[in-house]
Amino acid sequence: MFSKGTKRKFSDGDEEISDESLVGARVASSYSLQRQSLLDMSLIKLQLCHMLVEPNLCRSVLIANTVRQIQEEMTHDGSWHMVTEAFCGPGQSPSERLVATEVLCRSREQDAEPKLFSVISYEGCREEEVVADETLCSVSVSDTVSNVCLAGRIGQCWEKSELSGVERDEEALEDSRLGSGEDEEIDTEDGASTESPKTTGQVFGTFEIKNSSPAPDSALEELFSDVDTSYYDLDTMLTGMQSAPKMGPYDILDSLAPSHSSPSIVSTPKCRSDLNELDHIMEIIVGS
Amino acid sequence: MYKINTNLFLSFFVADVISTVEFNQTGDLLATGDKGGRVVIFQRETESKGESEELGESGEYNVYSTFQSHEPDFDYLKSLEIEEKINKIRWLPQQNAAHFLLSTNDKTIKLWKVSERDKRPEGYNLKDEEGRIKDISTVTSLRVPVLKPTDLMVEVRPRRIFANGHTYHVNSISVNSDGETYLSADDLRINMWHLDITDRSFNIVDIKPANMEDLTEVITAAEFHPHHCQLFVYSSSKGTLRLCDMRESALCDKHSKIFEEPEDPGNRSFFSEIISSVSDVKFSHSGRYLLTRDYLTVKVWDLNMEKGPVETYQVHEYLRSKLCSLYENDCIFDKFECVWNSTDSVIMTGAYNSFFRMFDRETGRGVTLEAWRENSKPRAVLRTRRVYTGGRRRRGDVGVDSLDFTKKILHMAWHPAENIIAIAATNNLYIFQDRVNAENQ
Repeated sequence: MFSKGTKRKFSDGDEEISDESLVGARVASSYSLQRQSLLDMSLIKLQLCHMLVEPNLCRSVLIANTVRQIQEEMTHDGSWHMVTEAFCGPGQSPSERLVATEVLCRSREQDAEPKLFSVISYEGCREEEVVADETLCSVSVSDTVSNVCLAGRIGQCWEKSELSGVERDEEALEDSRLGSGEDEEIDTEDGASTESPKTTGQVFGTFEIKNSSPAPDSALEELFSDVDTSYYDLDTMLTGMQSAPKMGPYDILDSLAPSHSSPSIVSTPKCRSDLNELDHIMEIIVGS
Repeated sequence: MYKINTNLFLSFFVADVISTVEFNQTGDLLATGDKGGRVVIFQRETESKGESEELGESGEYNVYSTFQSHEPDFDYLKSLEIEEKINKIRWLPQQNAAHFLLSTNDKTIKLWKVSERDKRPEGYNLKDEEGRIKDISTVTSLRVPVLKPTDLMVEVRPRRIFANGHTYHVNSISVNSDGETYLSADDLRINMWHLDITDRSFNIVDIKPANMEDLTEVITAAEFHPHHCQLFVYSSSKGTLRLCDMRESALCDKHSKIFEEPEDPGNRSFFSEIISSVSDVKFSHSGRYLLTRDYLTVKVWDLNMEKGPVETYQVHEYLRSKLCSLYENDCIFDKFECVWNSTDSVIMTGAYNSFFRMFDRETGRGVTLEAWRENSKPRAVLRTRRVYTGGRRRRGDVGVDSLDFTKKILHMAWHPAENIIAIAATNNLYIFQDRVNAENQ
């Protein structure tokens, strides 16, 4: 998932940081980066359900629990909260955000069969197209949004325990699909898209076409073809770590910015990044 | 130190990946189920009858019968295929000349009757030798048909089909010691059936939450106690074991005892929960202990002690640092089985690279063996293997990075009375036999 040779530098900008804390911060950012990769990998695993045979429930539950665990830790660190805070206005209450995002993800074609990828609802996954489609498609209001953002579901999952009061509102607005509302991320993506709605719409417009004609495998193969073995360093990092080191302010940016042209963009609000990045990603997916 | 010598080593090639292996109660029959829904039954030859001490050519297993147990199916409601792969086979205790076994795929359990026919009636009055109706004018006298010996024929017929009992995938079946009932467990529910009744089953455990989004734990295996027909155990994906007593209540959602080992804070990682998931649970023959397998260890539990296992054996601790890669390639979700020997003194389980492990409970020591046949030596002693994890490297040691993770030993069985083991390695079935010590140790 990491393309070769694009290890990002820890930029400390104007501050003078001592060597020790620099190393510590590097370790921390590396940990958070790799934790992020684990999260992305888990979400992809949950999406790659076989269309023909019912997926293994035990495996799905274990992966979902891992995702929850990562998110809880990220919340605990404050990194999750900061991620979402950065995009929504700080003044917004959680319930408002949830309501707004739910509207976004409502399908335009009400009669269309909901192609669900509900992570938490284990009632049988349907195979979905390229992962990237999910996130980006779910942003646009005008385009077909029958696909629900996967990350939203996970976020919603842990959110449920914190905002139990909000659940009532969500469920009232829910349509026929399984699961309910979305989390702040969709809202943030919406925020990004309002800046340049037309361009974004164009970008997502092509995704719509892609979505309707299932040909996921080759696209996925392309995306994952450049998996680097240095990725396996995750082993030592993640299995050796007992607790997340305290994260510095720059760590957030590290985990926010798209690492590369990887498909691991489900959980972070990539839409915030440049449209150039989006174009680049699109090129890869569409294969032009 | 327990040693298994294999003076007799048979290997069979089965058409499809073997998904379950099971000896019957006498050990004379060995059944395998595969991914294609077929069952192959092997029978042990008993050429030297009455001379049990003779170490001759007897005791080899040969193919006895083959039949198609399950076919691929389709769930029209969910638009999903139902695999024909045989998840489990369990033999019923033998009551007459015929043998009965239960086989299950993800959804449907079937009871099969395996019977022999070695005689056939000859000398019909109205039919000729080929079965054609005779011209009645040629019949001048009456005779009584006589049973004459014929070539042995093995007939397998489905006797019961237990369908529509499970919404989720069946992972275990277990025949009760009462001889009349059995349980079947899927990811969220356990049902109890009567062997003669197919149109209804009794739900005894249901862990499905009201809201599926709250689901965090599933059932991974279940088994009846070998002697007490009211007790059964089930394991979960969180590494807990629950012993249930059916006398306490009709729905055994509340356990009688829960066996759980507290988490080791020193080894905590994002993968802790996944590797604690129990893939198999087996009562000892004595009924006093439980054997469980999780990703890195096998554990022995005493039914009288709930707070933790009494013995823990490391199967492949060297994989602990590789958990992330194993998570990525899905190997971390592999479900290994574990078995007891006949005297409950040795336990065995599978690993990767065609390796399997045996642990001697008396000494606490383990040995690694390889399920592989060297063509030049059809009968040889099983080689002890070693995975190199540091220190002095010996010849023949295998490095951790050289392990073949596609060669996994998931399914195995131990003869109920003798030191004979059956190991399934993808499409190969290996039968290893200890001829030096034909009796139990």
